[in-house]
Amino acid sequence: MAVERFPVEASHILMFARSIGDTNPIYSDPEYAAGTEVGSIIAPPTFAQSSAQFDPDYFLRPKPDKKWFGSGRTASGTLVRDLSEADGDDVADEREDDKQSGAAAGGLHAEQHFTYHRHLKPGDVLHTVTYDGERWEKQSKRAGILKFSEAVTEYRDEDDELVITAKGVGVVTEKVIDN
Amino acid sequence: MALSASQLNVGDSYSEQIVDDLTRTQIVQYAGASGDYNPVHTDEKFVTEVAGYPTVFAHGMLTMGMTGRMVTNYVGDGRLTYYGVRFTSQVWPGDTLTAKAEVADIRDEDGQKLVDLTITTTNQDDRPVLTGQATARLDD
Repeated sequence: MAVERFPVEASHILMFARSIGDTNPIYSDPEYAAGTEVGSIIAPPTFAQSSAQFDPDYFLRPKPDKKWFGSGRTASGTLVRDLSEADGDDVADEREDDKQSGAAAGGLHAEQHFTYHRHLKPGDVLHTVTYDGERWEKQSKRAGILKFSEAVTEYRDEDDELVITAKGVGVVTEKVIDN
Repeated sequence: MALSASQLNVGDSYSEQIVDDLTRTQIVQYAGASGDYNPVHTDEKFVTEVAGYPTVFAHGMLTMGMTGRMVTNYVGDGRLTYYGVRFTSQVWPGDTLTAKAEVADIRDEDGQKLVDLTITTTNQDDRPVLTGQATARLDD
């Protein structure tokens, strides 16, 4: 997964700050921001994650020409089998398997780390490079075998300077965790 | 306002209630802003009937984002050099979350004073939903 062009825009920063309930004017008011130490609007610390908006293949965004795994006419556009084509027990078993594997949820986010070389501001145009990190497994009482995988993403600016290094850890659980 | 090393001690802490009665609408808002439309966060039919959860739950990154607001309110804007978390429990609609930062270390790196913070966000049952660390630049 690489994002070729991630333009950092003021309206996107505003929407993102609103979604995390952050009313700090540093994210929305250029006049206020001009009088602060940073001197301009900046992005909240976790904003880099929304580079997903600029990844054409991002798998957690529905695309007009593709089936989506969320609900429409049925509970899932891709995962639930057509009831008319199989006997009821098989379908129930399949669905139970999906639940047990937790795979239907596409895995869970276990960890996220950001190292800031500088903070993002409107006008930045970034690109990203992602590479796989470590993989490991762990046994858990609550969720069975946990399979962890790490991905490191470098956010670089137009001069190819490193701006943010992000490390995400995903986990696929054997069983659903519902507390 | 940034923090000063001279006025800060190991063990000092700061906390904020970061959300009171989390709404499904805020989770939808976060999905739209971040671009993460995983239906486990917004699609009641999918999440209960297919994924097998009792209801939708918040993006880990929403909790990290809301916790980040507490951190930047404490250390000042543009001061973070590192912020990293583990998601330890799910966050559900109706949850009320409190985020706390505690000073773990105050140190000097190439003449720049830094503070290391230990971060914990807990829900209304005192269960930690997020634990992490942050490092920020301090004034002298």
